[in-house]
Amino acid sequence: MDPAPLDGNSLAGPLAGLFATDVTLVTGRCAHCGDVSVLAACVVYRHPMGAVARCRACTAVLLVVVEHPAGTRVGMPGLAWWQGPAGSTRTGAVGD
Amino acid sequence: MSSWHAAQVVRTEPLAASARVLTLAVPGFAGALAGQHVDVRLTAPDGYQAVRSYSLARVGRDEVVELAVDEVRGGEVSPYLVHEARPGDRMEVRGPLGGYFVWRPHDGGAVQLVAGGSGIVPLAAMARARAAAPTSDAPFRLLAAVRTPADAFFAKELDSTEGLTTTWLYSREAPPASTRPPGRLTLDDVTAHAFAPDVGARVYVCGPTGFVEAAAALLVDAGHDAARIRTERFGGV
Repeated sequence: MDPAPLDGNSLAGPLAGLFATDVTLVTGRCAHCGDVSVLAACVVYRHPMGAVARCRACTAVLLVVVEHPAGTRVGMPGLAWWQGPAGSTRTGAVGD
Repeated sequence: MSSWHAAQVVRTEPLAASARVLTLAVPGFAGALAGQHVDVRLTAPDGYQAVRSYSLARVGRDEVVELAVDEVRGGEVSPYLVHEARPGDRMEVRGPLGGYFVWRPHDGGAVQLVAGGSGIVPLAAMARARAAAPTSDAPFRLLAAVRTPADAFFAKELDSTEGLTTTWLYSREAPPASTRPPGRLTLDDVTAHAFAPDVGARVYVCGPTGFVEAAAALLVDAGHDAARIRTERFGGV
């Protein structure tokens, strides 16, 4: 039996090494059905190979995370876009 | 924050028939917020590794991680943590993690907590953080759904925590004095015991997926603003 699904909160650890912001607060749009939600709210299935994050509305695969000793790999086959939380915009000139 | 810390079990305490509290010493672990979780990694002698996420039961002390783990029958990790782990055992911890399902003492305003089973753990951390914050006068309410009285984690403490009103709802077996027949969470339970929607409370719901979805739907049916409801589902094992 597959373990019961988790949610996007559980991706905070696997993705912490890749992004400067807490990824669970990032908002994303499902490329399949257009649902917009924070990553924390997506449905996550953890497998020994990695985690598969599915859209809470249509179950399309949004994101796949594989933690590997050589580095964490993230596929985003189902995200039309990602938007950082308020305050994640960098201001100032390049090089400052 | 993203790297693994070496952790060592320093204490275990029984919590319920199939659950216990584990206290880990974790050098370098700091700054946890109520509601956050950690990833725990166990490594077998043959190198096989298993990672699971567990909510912090208490925050406020750096370099200490307090977990409350419920056994998932047939699981790979939780039976070890509940029945076998003993002081001196080593594992690894990554965290504190998550910025979504979090309550900060300066958030202010009323807070409605809704727990299914061991989903009470991060909510207990929030109630404890509120009690430990002398400046916080935010009123807290907790609706806690459990199977039987023996499954009620931290019951004595949560029934007497200042600023917190706790209602236990039993699904299988209720105490003799209870007037509510055992059963699942209903709209009547929500309207009778949760803050009214016009209070504008922040709502935190945690439990197994089915409970979280049902409870969140009931809260919206009762008039709560979906945008103020934050959820965390767990799968265990």
